[in-house]
Amino acid sequence: MERSDILIKLQDIFINILDNEGIELLENTTANDIEEWDSLTHIQLIVEIEKEFFIRFNSKEIRKWNNIGEMIDSILEKIKK
Amino acid sequence: MKDFSSLKKNLKKDFSSFKEIKVALLGDSATQLLSQAIRGTGYNENLNINIFEADFNQIERQIYDPTSELYDFNPQYIILFISSYKLLQSYNKSLTQISFAEEQLQRIKDLITTINNKLDAKIIIYNFNEIDDSVYGSYASKVESSFLFQIRKLNFNLSSYIIEIPNCYVCDLSSIQNQIGFNNLFSPSIYVNTEMVLSIESLPVIAFRTVAIVSSLIGKIKKCLILDLDNTLWGGVIGDDGIENIQLGSLGIGKAFTEFQYWIKKLKNRGIIIAVCSKNTESIAKEPFLKHPDMILKLDDVAVFIANWNNKVDNIRQIQRILNIGFDSMVFVDDNPFERNMVKEQIEDICIPDLPEDPANYLQYLSSLDLFETTNFSEEDAKRTTQYQTEFKRLSEKMNFSNEDDYLKSLNMLSDISEFNSFNSPRVSQLSQRSNQFNLRTIRYDEDNIIKISNNSDYATFAFTLEDKYGDNGLICVVILKKLDKDILFIDSWFMSCRVLKRGMENFVLNSLVTYAKENNYKTIIGEYLPTSKNGIVANHYNSLGFKETSTNKWTLSVDNYITKKCFINKK
Repeated sequence: MERSDILIKLQDIFINILDNEGIELLENTTANDIEEWDSLTHIQLIVEIEKEFFIRFNSKEIRKWNNIGEMIDSILEKIKK
Repeated sequence: MKDFSSLKKNLKKDFSSFKEIKVALLGDSATQLLSQAIRGTGYNENLNINIFEADFNQIERQIYDPTSELYDFNPQYIILFISSYKLLQSYNKSLTQISFAEEQLQRIKDLITTINNKLDAKIIIYNFNEIDDSVYGSYASKVESSFLFQIRKLNFNLSSYIIEIPNCYVCDLSSIQNQIGFNNLFSPSIYVNTEMVLSIESLPVIAFRTVAIVSSLIGKIKKCLILDLDNTLWGGVIGDDGIENIQLGSLGIGKAFTEFQYWIKKLKNRGIIIAVCSKNTESIAKEPFLKHPDMILKLDDVAVFIANWNNKVDNIRQIQRILNIGFDSMVFVDDNPFERNMVKEQIEDICIPDLPEDPANYLQYLSSLDLFETTNFSEEDAKRTTQYQTEFKRLSEKMNFSNEDDYLKSLNMLSDISEFNSFNSPRVSQLSQRSNQFNLRTIRYDEDNIIKISNNSDYATFAFTLEDKYGDNGLICVVILKKLDKDILFIDSWFMSCRVLKRGMENFVLNSLVTYAKENNYKTIIGEYLPTSKNGIVANHYNSLGFKETSTNKWTLSVDNYITKKCFINKK
């Protein structure tokens, strides 16, 4: 799976969970760019991403991402294993 | 079960046509998502649950501070969520681990007592999902000071305590964990990041079980289970296979059906009305009930037995007319998806579970739905089936009388009138919650309220029973009079079981109320009708009893000019 494929899937998840059709994700998108993305919805997003990619994040990873690109790094790393 | 994100999407929908319920949620962990799940679940149940959520870990402050937001908000329900995880933390620090459960129970008792001194609210408390810290392994059961031992003790003692507190109900989180598993209830990585102790996947079921208690308390309960027969109550088709070959007991997969029947029997004993609706020839359909040694359900357990070749929609409508309860209080269980869909399309409100294909899974699936949530249980419940069966006898005898009065006279009806007391208060409150149709103002009183009213000299209370030559209907009608001043009585509540419609009970009750008014020198009785979607049958109630309408739905009766109404019920 390529980065761009993951980005598309992430975008679908964000739109669905945050209930906002207007979301467009880029590699450098951060929580500050999306109004609905707060600490509570973050947890929902994590759970949904874990389900989508059949992976589990550990508790450090949940905190460390600064933007969508870093999130994709983590996902890629896990699905390669 | 809906997932959390669909519950969350409900939050943006229009709740304005739903009944508003004010709920305060107090927890010692992060409860924002639980709160969203509860409100979202309320939408599915047509409830506008307006939640006040206290700030994080403020249970004690909100309850002990008389000026707190909790008391400002003045909720109808308080949900107390003390989590096992926080208990484990304080257990870890405790120097008196062996008395941990006792100390925590005392803490809960103090909280509940304080709430009850200040508010007239119902309390829903989650019990404690077990956490095995595995310090002793299975040997923990023999070590009184182990956490597992203490948490189990706390759960048991909490239930024993709650029995004595009529306005307090346990939401069984421990049982939910048994159903979905510890690893699904709790997600460590979320917990360390957020202070949330419940996983997102578990929120819908927990919210559902919580809202079910609220629904039940406002009278939304299931009263009747309608069952298909072939491949639902037994394996095989009685008309084709014959009584020797249907699968029950040790034959084939009969064990699944036998255990399913035991469950139904327990529901019947709890007061759920059992009805049969089967496409069969009646005599053949009844044969297993009469002759099969492994049938757990007998004809006596079934209040209404309909087996014919008409379509099930008509038959279920017929059952509804006989029982006189709403479709929304009925559950229809049938193995055949075609029948289920047909009924589902034509009878909107009835609950129809999608039974799994494999009968081995029937019981587990149905019990997972928590269909028969209730918030009370009284001795009368166990007698309900007999009462509906005698109602049939009455109806069939009625056909033989050309004159209604002769029929009523022949019943030899007797009614006992009592004030509310500790013996009848469970049934009075139950009738208050169950009566939807014959209910003039539809104010719901729980047992706690009933006891308070009975001790308040501003009220006069009446509980009526009715028996006749066929049997005893038990306590079937309740009136609460409020003494507005020395001349005027206001009918705060008048509700009656629909089982006893058309027996002249209304006349008997009014005669009794007027007698009371005269004896105590009241001049006027005021009645009020508050319309709901279900109580249309009493829209004309006061008019037909001779009250005069003074303003819309307000009615007045002059005590002095009252002419005693005809009725064939004698005071017991």
